[in-house]
Amino acid sequence: MSLVMVAYYVICAFLLVLLAWNFVKEKKSPDNLVLYLLVMIPILLRLLRVK
Amino acid sequence: MKREKFLKILFTAAALALVVWGGLPLYRHRHFDMAVVKGPGVTRVFRLSDYSPRLKGTMADTTVFVLEGKEPGGKAILFGDTHSNEPEGMLASLLYIEKAVVEKGTLYVIPFFNNSGSRNTRAGDGYPLYFDVPTDWGSLRVRMGNRDASPLDQWPDPDVYIHYPDRQMLSYIDVRNVNRTWPGRPDGPLMERVTYGAMEIMRREKIDVAVDMHGAETMFPVTNCIVAPEKSVKIATLAAMTVKAREGFENHVEPSPVGFRGLSHREIGDYAATLPFLLEAPIPFLDQPTGPKTTKLLLDGKDPFLLRLSRAKKLFVPYDVSGWPLEKRVGQHSSVTQEIFRQFSKKFPDRAIVIRDVPRYADLVKNGVGHYFLNPNQAGPKNIVMN
Repeated sequence: MSLVMVAYYVICAFLLVLLAWNFVKEKKSPDNLVLYLLVMIPILLRLLRVK
Repeated sequence: MKREKFLKILFTAAALALVVWGGLPLYRHRHFDMAVVKGPGVTRVFRLSDYSPRLKGTMADTTVFVLEGKEPGGKAILFGDTHSNEPEGMLASLLYIEKAVVEKGTLYVIPFFNNSGSRNTRAGDGYPLYFDVPTDWGSLRVRMGNRDASPLDQWPDPDVYIHYPDRQMLSYIDVRNVNRTWPGRPDGPLMERVTYGAMEIMRREKIDVAVDMHGAETMFPVTNCIVAPEKSVKIATLAAMTVKAREGFENHVEPSPVGFRGLSHREIGDYAATLPFLLEAPIPFLDQPTGPKTTKLLLDGKDPFLLRLSRAKKLFVPYDVSGWPLEKRVGQHSSVTQEIFRQFSKKFPDRAIVIRDVPRYADLVKNGVGHYFLNPNQAGPKNIVMN
């Protein structure tokens, strides 16, 4: 795996943590909860090396 | 507070269910290996990474089958699944592996040339992940791939792909298209390492003939043809004329453009002594204005929209209610390849390549492709190669 690819996975993981953090901290809007989760799905699939 | 917690748990569970529901079939597809039966002619099997070491351990590494004849002669190599959404080339190469007996010379076959692409899909275009070819013993499950290698194996894409060594600027996506990365280099992007491995086989083993088998849209002008550079064009023309006269199907010759780099029919001839040929069979499944991309369309090639377009003379091949079924496409590849070998052998008798027992166009149209595939369950584990 090239260094760029490793960096990409690190960025993916970082974004996932940020989104998860926002998801946990969200108190009011159910819409935002759904949006955070939807954005997380492709990032999670890439981290799991599925798609 | 209670409601918020409940919603979070509910939404998270729903999202995870979506990940599993959508992701599991893709994961299984990526790791699905086909059982290839070594036929009576196969004498040796090796990995492409033996000729391109930096492929080792990657999803792009693939199996190479060797069929050595009793008598020395010329050498040929066949490529299937260069574009893994054009399965007729791969199925034709499997027929060679399972049926061919080489009398003279040596045949190399790489059925899954873009192994990474064959484990990728195009979900947005509704591609099926698999299709089943009916056989005499049940059905052969075939992995349906994509044109390009998976971004899981080669990433990131550049803004523009600068071809090596000609430095021609190509579309960014072509860096994952194994038919734009010829002749490749040992330490380039993954797909360049794939083509480099094949070039090394051709250079080191002194391969005389290379045939790269594809499928092309009926609305694309370069379809139903043999693409050949200057050095191969005489043999291609003789092969095209002979299959038309003897077997009754059209397969015209298209010249390989000198100014379009990275393609097998151009670079193989320019960077090795090998004579390259690229075969295109019409595959209606790949056309844009069709109905749903079902496995039925992939197998029978029948589509009402293409039929209307044919009546309006918008297609580059004759098209009627019989469609353009798989057996015709595989049959064309099988017959044209055998005819190329025959014409080459006539021109260079000391380098003859003589192969028997591979079904031709008429056999495949009559009996279907599946009729000729061997049952992996009866072949014995020693005769099976998983790829």
